[in-house]
Amino acid sequence: MNVQFFIEVLVGGLLSGVMYALVALGFVLIYKASGVFNFAQGAMVFFAVLSFVGFMELGLPFWAALPVTVVLMVATGMLTERFVLRPLVSQSEDTLLMATIGLAFVIEGMAQLVWGVDVRRLDLGIRDEPIGWFMDSTGILVSQLDITAGVVAGLMVAILALIFSRTKVGRGLRAVADDHAAALSVGIPLKHIWGLVWATAGIVALVAGMLWGARSGVQFALIGIALKALPVLIIGGFTSVPGVIVAGLIVGAAEKLTEVYFGPMVGGGIEGWLPYVLAVFFLLIRPEGLFGEKIIRRV
Amino acid sequence: MINRIVRLIWLGISAALIALPLHAEEQYFGIPSSRVGPYSAMGTGYYGGIIDYLTYVNLKGGVNGVKLTWSECETEYNAARTVECYQRLLNKGNQKMVVFDTLGTPGAYAVIGRMAQDQVVLAQYGYGRTDAADGTVWPWVFNAAGHYWGQIGVKLAFMAQKEGGIPKMRGKKIVHLHIDTAYGREPLPAMRQFAKDWGFTLIEIAIAPPGLEQQSQWLQIRQERPDWVTFWGAGSGMNSTAITTAARVGFPREKMIYVTFGGAEEDMLPAGDAAKGTYVSANAVPGDFPLIADIRKVVYGAGKGNMQNKERVGTVYYNRGVGAAIMWIEALKNAQAIHNKKGKAVTGPEFRDGYEALDMSEAKLKELGVLGMLAPFKLSCAKHDGAEKWRMMQWDGKKFQLVSDWVNPPNQALIRSMIEESAAKYAKENNLTPRSCPPSS
Repeated sequence: MNVQFFIEVLVGGLLSGVMYALVALGFVLIYKASGVFNFAQGAMVFFAVLSFVGFMELGLPFWAALPVTVVLMVATGMLTERFVLRPLVSQSEDTLLMATIGLAFVIEGMAQLVWGVDVRRLDLGIRDEPIGWFMDSTGILVSQLDITAGVVAGLMVAILALIFSRTKVGRGLRAVADDHAAALSVGIPLKHIWGLVWATAGIVALVAGMLWGARSGVQFALIGIALKALPVLIIGGFTSVPGVIVAGLIVGAAEKLTEVYFGPMVGGGIEGWLPYVLAVFFLLIRPEGLFGEKIIRRV
Repeated sequence: MINRIVRLIWLGISAALIALPLHAEEQYFGIPSSRVGPYSAMGTGYYGGIIDYLTYVNLKGGVNGVKLTWSECETEYNAARTVECYQRLLNKGNQKMVVFDTLGTPGAYAVIGRMAQDQVVLAQYGYGRTDAADGTVWPWVFNAAGHYWGQIGVKLAFMAQKEGGIPKMRGKKIVHLHIDTAYGREPLPAMRQFAKDWGFTLIEIAIAPPGLEQQSQWLQIRQERPDWVTFWGAGSGMNSTAITTAARVGFPREKMIYVTFGGAEEDMLPAGDAAKGTYVSANAVPGDFPLIADIRKVVYGAGKGNMQNKERVGTVYYNRGVGAAIMWIEALKNAQAIHNKKGKAVTGPEFRDGYEALDMSEAKLKELGVLGMLAPFKLSCAKHDGAEKWRMMQWDGKKFQLVSDWVNPPNQALIRSMIEESAAKYAKENNLTPRSCPPSS
């Protein structure tokens, strides 16, 4: 076996995993606050980055378009809380899940209606080609965009982990996730918590969308990356922010290594389904995921 | 007095009934568009081109006075929804659809069986089931703008030309990087045959859709160090990602040749500078040809254009759509002439006869204002693959530059024999009796 090539594939997989984890973070935020899998997260990623590029096309410079898009995503989060979630307080998790499925279609349609369906290019000024000196000295391909994605993901996880564990808002979030009604009864402002968390998930979606958009162009297909986030969530645990990073790395490395070394034997295309096989495996042996909270229910 | 009023009313009703047939005849088309979703860039351009040309013909007085009408149905490029749209569009009032264009192999495979029963023409414009080029087995299916086996032949000939001739292809390594679907695998039978005949090594690498992550495939390519990569992707997400990932592993774009359905401006632009140098094969080339300029003037001048972004008029997908619609209209004209129905709507079988009689000579293409945009071709009863010609283009960072004239694949006789063999196998498996065609066709 060519060790250098193995390391190259492994590093490539880990870096891809970081990109998956960025998308998965948004799911964790919503799940922690409402106990529901937000089916609309992929649509939010698409809407956020499409709006960002759209504002730039309208003439706003990069540094003006960014805060405007953040405001838009915060407003979207607040409106979602007001018109979708608030009327469904204390409803079952299934009801909330169905609401997010509907929300996904609304956001997808609205994004295309407002900004059109043209494919856009997003140039962040970060090169996505191998860094010459690094490749020369190690033989491994890493781009500036890979490094940026790793740093951004690390920062976001650190900030979010601090918020969840060390702040009053974080404790409120955890209480709401446990039981909406009980949290309300002890005076936790549910609407503020939900509004805040949806707004934060919108900002996370913007960051993920910008990095994915810079690599693959800003287009509808970005919605599909949410599908990659699902096995990451199952493996890492729906409630663990650091968990999605670890799971992202596992999924990224496993799918790349398997595709490269076993793909040619079976005609390729393994990485499309391997993460789901891994997820099923984890569901069987550790349903709460690697870092998720163990679910204990009284009979 | 009352009797007089009643008589007048009767006269009025009779006059109205007599006048009805004087209303313009209408020919109805069903359009399965894909305007939203991951394939929207392709769908909006292609179907926008079709609708603009139909509008253009109507604004010019219709086809011998017959007005064209159409209904759209959104498929999102999904095969199941294509079937649903086909059923929904098949009949409109007392009119029946005569032609259907799915703009994709999965959709074509999904409806190909039922269309023969319904007697509706499946116009595959450079995609779909390749062996449908044999009209004796597939009387209702056409590949007027060529098929994938011919297209891959042209690409291999282009590589051979760059390498210094077919003998120089011996020992070369070619990767076929493709979406893991029937469409992605469609050119493989022809590629394998060429690999055997020319002595190059063929490596097949699949990408699971939607293909926004292709790191592992491109690392394999980097390790294999191929001389060329033929890319068979779908959707601008997968197509532009292939370019950016090629750049990440340092594979030269001048050694990549894209399929027609991945080779449009919308597939290149998102990749930025990384796309510079990429080759594409085309069955309809972009540009402001006389017809396109006239559509801009007549249709968009009247505020009736279909494209939301007018700058896309004249791009690859748009011009391909116009090319497809030209075939419909020329087939309609032929059908009216053959069946003595000038100024009248035609039926599916009549339209089929008209489509089969298409003779798009250079003179005809010039008359239509699309000489150079489309390849000249002639169809017949047995031969349903039309042009069998492609032009090679190269992306210069802003637009496509034409780098070849219309080129036929090498060894057309071999490809034809493979088509007939595959069609005969299908006929045998499905208990079909191939129809007989005149020897000259």
